[in-house]
Amino acid sequence: MSAEQQYISLYEECRELIAQHSAGVMNDLRDEAFGDFCRLGLPTRKVERYKYTDLAEVFAPNYGLNLQRLDIPVNPYKSFTCNVPNLSTALYFVVNDQFRQQDLPACAMPDGVVVTSLAKAAAEMPELVAAHYGKLAPTRKDALNALNTMLAQDGLFVYIPRNTIVPRPIQVVNILRADVDLMVNRRVLVVLEEGAQAKLLFCDHAADNRQFLCTQVCEVFVGENAGLELYELEETHVGSRRVANMYVDAAANASVTLDSITLHNGLSRNRTDVSLLGEGAEVRMYGCVVVDKQQRVDNNTLIDHRAAHCQSTELYKYVLDDSAVGAFAGRVLVREGAQKTVSNEVNANLCATRTARMYSQPMLEIYADDVKCSHGSTVGQLNEQALFYMRQRGISEQEARMLLKYAFVGEVLESIKLEPLRDRLRYLTEKRLRGELSACEGCKICR
Amino acid sequence: MGESAALENELVREVAAKKYEYGFTTDVETDVIEKGLSEDVVRLISAKKEEPDWLLDFRLKAFRRWQGMSWPSWGHLQLPEIDYQAISYYADPTAKARGKGKAEGEIDPELMKTFDKLGIPLEERMALSGTAVDAVMDSVSVKTTFRERLREKGVIFCSISEAVKNHPDLVRKYLGSVVPIGDNYFAALNSAVFSDGSFVYIPQGVRCPMELSTYFRINARGTGQFERTLIVCDSGGYVSYLEGCTAPMRDENQLHAAVVEIAVMENAEVKYSTVQNWYPGDSEGKGGVLNLVTKRGHLIGAGSRLSWTQVETGSAITWKYPSCILSGDNSQAEFYSVAVTNHFQQADTGTKMIHIGKNTTSTIISKGISAGRSQNSYRGLVKVLPGAEGARNYSSCDSLLLGSHCGAHTFPYLDVQNDTAVVEHEATTSKISEDQLFYCNQRGIGTEDAVGLIVNGYARDVLNKLPMEFAVEAQKLLGVSLEGTVG
Repeated sequence: MSAEQQYISLYEECRELIAQHSAGVMNDLRDEAFGDFCRLGLPTRKVERYKYTDLAEVFAPNYGLNLQRLDIPVNPYKSFTCNVPNLSTALYFVVNDQFRQQDLPACAMPDGVVVTSLAKAAAEMPELVAAHYGKLAPTRKDALNALNTMLAQDGLFVYIPRNTIVPRPIQVVNILRADVDLMVNRRVLVVLEEGAQAKLLFCDHAADNRQFLCTQVCEVFVGENAGLELYELEETHVGSRRVANMYVDAAANASVTLDSITLHNGLSRNRTDVSLLGEGAEVRMYGCVVVDKQQRVDNNTLIDHRAAHCQSTELYKYVLDDSAVGAFAGRVLVREGAQKTVSNEVNANLCATRTARMYSQPMLEIYADDVKCSHGSTVGQLNEQALFYMRQRGISEQEARMLLKYAFVGEVLESIKLEPLRDRLRYLTEKRLRGELSACEGCKICR
Repeated sequence: MGESAALENELVREVAAKKYEYGFTTDVETDVIEKGLSEDVVRLISAKKEEPDWLLDFRLKAFRRWQGMSWPSWGHLQLPEIDYQAISYYADPTAKARGKGKAEGEIDPELMKTFDKLGIPLEERMALSGTAVDAVMDSVSVKTTFRERLREKGVIFCSISEAVKNHPDLVRKYLGSVVPIGDNYFAALNSAVFSDGSFVYIPQGVRCPMELSTYFRINARGTGQFERTLIVCDSGGYVSYLEGCTAPMRDENQLHAAVVEIAVMENAEVKYSTVQNWYPGDSEGKGGVLNLVTKRGHLIGAGSRLSWTQVETGSAITWKYPSCILSGDNSQAEFYSVAVTNHFQQADTGTKMIHIGKNTTSTIISKGISAGRSQNSYRGLVKVLPGAEGARNYSSCDSLLLGSHCGAHTFPYLDVQNDTAVVEHEATTSKISEDQLFYCNQRGIGTEDAVGLIVNGYARDVLNKLPMEFAVEAQKLLGVSLEGTVG
């Protein structure tokens, strides 16, 4: 049976069950998505955007699904102590794809701000959700969107109304927890209206030593003059596979910062598409990947400049050890009429061993003449002279190498505006580079 | 309208009227075979060229591979549908002369005139510079000059059909060794129906005393050109090879699918320069040559060197990636390219550098210039295999945009599998800086000339790598291709 077939049969058999435990707005799109999935099939490596990750292999194993929405007993506060010291956040938990309604933070949010389960929001505010759900992630062209749309039952919904500033960062901890191998289909919808500002921090963790496959489709709307900082931190384990698509629409004068940090995983494939729709919109994307063993990380980005006077910056850094495989493909598209675009893209990579492998593919596609666009990409090793200098001063070779790698990814970490988070990530990255698992002390579940 | 603007417009009109200089046709009786492509046609071409059985087998094998292949669509191009049955695969403009029983080596004066007009004198005494020329029209090599002088040094320079007859062992050994018959769609097609091209063999330790050059000309209507060039440079040898090409103005798309193979042995050096000026189609995008070419060099020996230099100004569509396989330790490869597109031209060009040997280095300098409504893409692959200790690559791709309806794109692919490799890539895209233009204007240089000046300066890195005579021609060509884009 081909990898697609088991999902097709699953949907055909459980169509009602899936819909029963979800909401109307989400159910409305399912059948169409199913049709699209049947038509498209999983993309092969011959498809340009999936060149570096074989999805058939990822989707082939037979995972269990929690379609019945059985409550998985877990007390996140007890087992999870991975908080960021000195950072006061509004902490929410999503276990697999279920939003933990019973563990809401004690802090108060400004009026009108909603952070809740997507299914619940879809039932309570159907108009608001329907106006945004599935609008950015088309199922027609992408099989992953189709698969997620047809199977996803719940997820997260964040809504920041007009001119509202959320001072406290919203931290969402996604915990993968199961006693069998599990597939999770999570859906995230973030809406920032005009002039709203928010900081979001998504942390991915795995609580059990099982094989996980997590598909996630995240749609982010950033209104005019709105500001969004979105940090994604992945710290799962080698048995975890993550296939995530993120779509961001930025209206005029919106400012968006996306940070994606992968420290521990099995296989990750992150696709991020950003559209700059209005004049003066700005996006900064940063990525930091520190991996070893057999880990694989594939970041695939698209920045679509549709309006004039927009700016984009992209900086991705990889440190690859052992037999790790890294891939980066970043396409910058400047459409006709998007004059005065300024775009800069950098991908720098360190291959620390002979068996590590890096694919790098920065792309510029430009249809307007009054632009300044550049990209750069490097693959190399640590500077021998710098190493020599440090050893000369009594720093052991191992320590010197660690320090240089740390400095190398430091550039990305510096981009994080939340100071406590930055400190925390520095600490985690350093531990990671020392070969220790970046789990926090006393934490029982980050293994 | 100011006086200067009026003058500028006048200039533009003049240039527009000038257009493509080499667009004339030669009225010469040409032996053209029936249109269409089948196994019989492949056999007929082979028979016409009186080829040995092994070569016919080679062609037939390639033809069968081609039949099983599908049309590649991954390029950033809008290729028109090509009807392979509407093309004639063999056209011989020298047949009439031979028919009249003219002696070997005697050339139809009409052909002589054509090449004179193109600035390629076939009379050795007329040739000013020390460049030996192999002139190819349609499917047949018309003449190769300076053979005697080259023979003294042991250098073999002739058309590939002659080489098949006179040096079958060499041809058989290397033909298809760098570009296998099934390499890609167009290479397979070429392997099946290829006609003339040049064959060069530089023996051990010989420095070729003069530049070798091939001039390709498409003349006959409804034909395609499928030339095949093979260059073998033995240990310690050196050769600089130039390639030029033009075609008449026609409102049909003519297909040009060539294969160039270069084998470079120990410590040998090959420089391959191309000034490509096929007919680009008119300003409405009608007609023009489809230039779909496979060029590849294999640096077999240690310390070997290969450098590709290309100036691409012609063709409606250019789709080619002159590549290097760096097998020999310490081998070095270079790729310098200027690609200019105007009107409705499309180009998807670049290179592949595959590092296999230790301490191999490669350099890529690519300059794209797009104007009008053209699309210009750089696509390149740098691959470092696990055994390529200490491999080094530097790539720099710049694009210049003249006009708001054109496109410039960069698609580099880096694939590194060795921890000691250092690979760098950088690219920029921008338009001509207002400051530079203003500076020139201020000093009394008109906008049109200033653009020419800036573009020439921009392409200088690459033009400097061309042999002298070519550099001058390329510079002129650059000017002509871009005139009329300002204002």
